[in-house]
Amino acid sequence: MPDTFELIASSTVGSGGAANIDFTSIPSTYTDLCVKFSIRTNRTGSVEDAIRIQFNGSGGTAYTSRMVYGSGTGAASTNYTSTAYTVSFSTSTADTTANTFGNGEMYIPNYAGSTNKSTSSDLVSENNATAATAGLNAGLWSNTAAINRITLTPNSGTLFNQYSTAYLYGVKNA
Amino acid sequence: MESKMPNPTRIEINCETGVESIIELTDAEVAELTYQAELAAEKKAEEDAQAEANAAAKAALLDRLDITAEEAKLLLA
Repeated sequence: MPDTFELIASSTVGSGGAANIDFTSIPSTYTDLCVKFSIRTNRTGSVEDAIRIQFNGSGGTAYTSRMVYGSGTGAASTNYTSTAYTVSFSTSTADTTANTFGNGEMYIPNYAGSTNKSTSSDLVSENNATAATAGLNAGLWSNTAAINRITLTPNSGTLFNQYSTAYLYGVKNA
Repeated sequence: MESKMPNPTRIEINCETGVESIIELTDAEVAELTYQAELAAEKKAEEDAQAEANAAAKAALLDRLDITAEEAKLLLA
């Protein structure tokens, strides 16, 4: 297998949690980017949360997201339009089994090109019970700037819990 | 005099230098964070309520027609 994945940076949330994880000054020397998550948020009242992803610190209304997901009781879909971030669903919360973390990854092709930026991601919330959710997500940032910063934020919770991790990889042509 | 609880922190990783910084949120950032979380919870609650209403309406219709969901699928196939 060609050595095309290179770890650019990683972070593990410390005690007290973190409101966001912010990768800055991302080099433009790769073809694609890939972010791998192991996340648990402090959301209560639900066994599912999502992750907001924002690029270059740019808010506004240039993001859209579509997601399909299956839970312990059925399948559904939803979308977000004109938001200040793209949303990836689903991850674990304070109400899921203790010490379990949702996991997933987001792929960002052609992140340094001059076209709008699309993303795809898949995530699952871990919960040792019927209610657990798996989601497939498509996102679009209607902006032609090269991505040099990625900020991850909980969608409904306010903190990523301790021991949550995020790994940012650069992907080069084989 | 009561001392103020520290605000939550965020993590910033500079990919060029590899330096990771733990930065305390400003009061304005904390307020925005809370507001955004409330908005997200409201949207999800609305979606859940709509899904529940749809399921109830479907069950009521099946009951009124006196057929099962499988029989309804057969009719539409």
